[in-house]
Amino acid sequence: MKKLIALLMAMAMAFSLVACGSSSQSSTDTEDTTTTEASTTEEETTDDAEETDTTEETSTADISGSVSTNGSTSMEKVMSILIEAFEEQYPNVTVTYDATGSGSGITAATEGSADIGLASRDLKEDETGLTAYVVALDGIAVIVNPSNGVEDLSLEQIAGLFNGTITNWSEVGGEDMEVAVIGREAGSGTRDGFESVVGVEDACVYDQELTSTGAVITAVAQNQYAIGYASLSEAAEDESVKMVTVDGVAASEETVKDGTYSIQRDFNMVVNDSAALSDAAQAFLDFCLSEDVADYISQAGAIQP
Amino acid sequence: MKLRDAIEKFMNGLFFVCGMVSIAMVALITIYMIASGLPAIIKIGPINFLFGTEWASTAADPKYGILPFILASVYGTFGACLIGVPVGLMTAIFLSKIAGKKTAAVVRTAVELLSGIPSVVYGLVGAIILVPLIMNAFSLKNGTCLLAAIIVLSIMILPSIISVSETSLSAVPKEYEEGSLALGATEMETYFKVSLPAARSGVAAGIVLGIGRAVGEAMAVMMVAGNVANMPGLFTSVTFLTTAIAKEMSYSSGLQRQALYSIGLILFLFIMIINTVMGRLLKKGDDDKK
Repeated sequence: MKKLIALLMAMAMAFSLVACGSSSQSSTDTEDTTTTEASTTEEETTDDAEETDTTEETSTADISGSVSTNGSTSMEKVMSILIEAFEEQYPNVTVTYDATGSGSGITAATEGSADIGLASRDLKEDETGLTAYVVALDGIAVIVNPSNGVEDLSLEQIAGLFNGTITNWSEVGGEDMEVAVIGREAGSGTRDGFESVVGVEDACVYDQELTSTGAVITAVAQNQYAIGYASLSEAAEDESVKMVTVDGVAASEETVKDGTYSIQRDFNMVVNDSAALSDAAQAFLDFCLSEDVADYISQAGAIQP
Repeated sequence: MKLRDAIEKFMNGLFFVCGMVSIAMVALITIYMIASGLPAIIKIGPINFLFGTEWASTAADPKYGILPFILASVYGTFGACLIGVPVGLMTAIFLSKIAGKKTAAVVRTAVELLSGIPSVVYGLVGAIILVPLIMNAFSLKNGTCLLAAIIVLSIMILPSIISVSETSLSAVPKEYEEGSLALGATEMETYFKVSLPAARSGVAAGIVLGIGRAVGEAMAVMMVAGNVANMPGLFTSVTFLTTAIAKEMSYSSGLQRQALYSIGLILFLFIMIINTVMGRLLKKGDDDKK
């Protein structure tokens, strides 16, 4: 009994101590912030003065601030590699990336809630007042099971296979067997890119809708009737599926770059024309568009234009 | 003595607070689901939303009909029960009445293991073994279908049915069974006509748990069902209520996202209805006993 009382008392004391601690801490915190704010403003003014006094030469460390980017989920790989490389060069800049979708990215750039909007499609006609810079090209490969005898498909044949007008492989020069159409879920950037390039928006008759490129490749590798699409970089690495040539052109970095391979899309950085970019945002945009980042972009599986 | 009373009071208060926490959570979730799910239903129109047969959330002219999802969930759960309930019940009878101690221990361990397997593993095994098997067995072009989901779900609901039913079957007073046997009934007659009815509330609880798990499962279903918003058929690729949310949530925006919350609300209502109906049934059973 006594032990229990002691325990309870101890607990009560501990609680009250914690309570005291937090309240006193918060009060000091506010004091701290006010003082630091004051000192930083002082510092900034002195910094500015110094800058104007000395040379106009800017090094990468001089630019500071934060850049917010928002948009296409398909650009996640490219963005994460670019951001990492950029922040290494510009240690005082932080770049954030919200993967929301191309539509939201363009909206964010229009409304100014993000410095740079990211879109894995071109701007629509009604999306005015914006400038899009092509950062990278993304090829989308059409993949079939390795046992499938079909090697080449025209763009129309691909459209037919996906929208359900061609239901047997024999119609496109293959064996007499049915076609199983495998794609991505609604909202996926790859699906949107593929469907808009091939011209089968909202018209695809899928047998499976999967939530990742890897899942699509696995499903196609398992099913001899299957046709699917996947990001070129990931499909090319994978031996378990076969990429078909489109109108006689094999999907590769070169054919995407010179534009002969037709199923490709642009990764755009979208900037609002009416608002000036901050130094940091401008530096990030310039960095992403410079020749030097070609390696990073190919590392991310895309191709520099 | 006064101190003891104070402690009692304090502990009472503590337990009361703990009890209130779960109520608060349920209330919070309910309010949140209604608040975030209702706007889209109103915007789309309840009839269009619940009875629309077409779901095309990202189309230029978006359609938000969730009847295919509702039916797929209902059929899938019903199918899973069709397979899972008889197998589960018979396993429970076997475990509590027929099996020897050693055999029962082995089977029980297996059942417990079955309940511990994460749903993604069920999905993985289903996708790699079951889907190609169905494809070959029925010579389909595509093996991901309602049937695959039903089979995976029926295995997933087995542990809840078995363990709850077994507990209540074992709790049936020995005298009932002995009396039945003494009157000349065979063992099987006794188990099915005396033990099972006596344990019906527990058995029903087990089935409710199973149904709850089947309705609420997302991961395993997503990996074997194909996830296309078709009206369900045994061999067509289907989307359940759960997978409809899981599939599109990550990239969704605007009305599409709101509609996904609305699907969540419908799913929530489903579980509520199942629980109330089963509660009623159980209560009715108890009244009959009296």
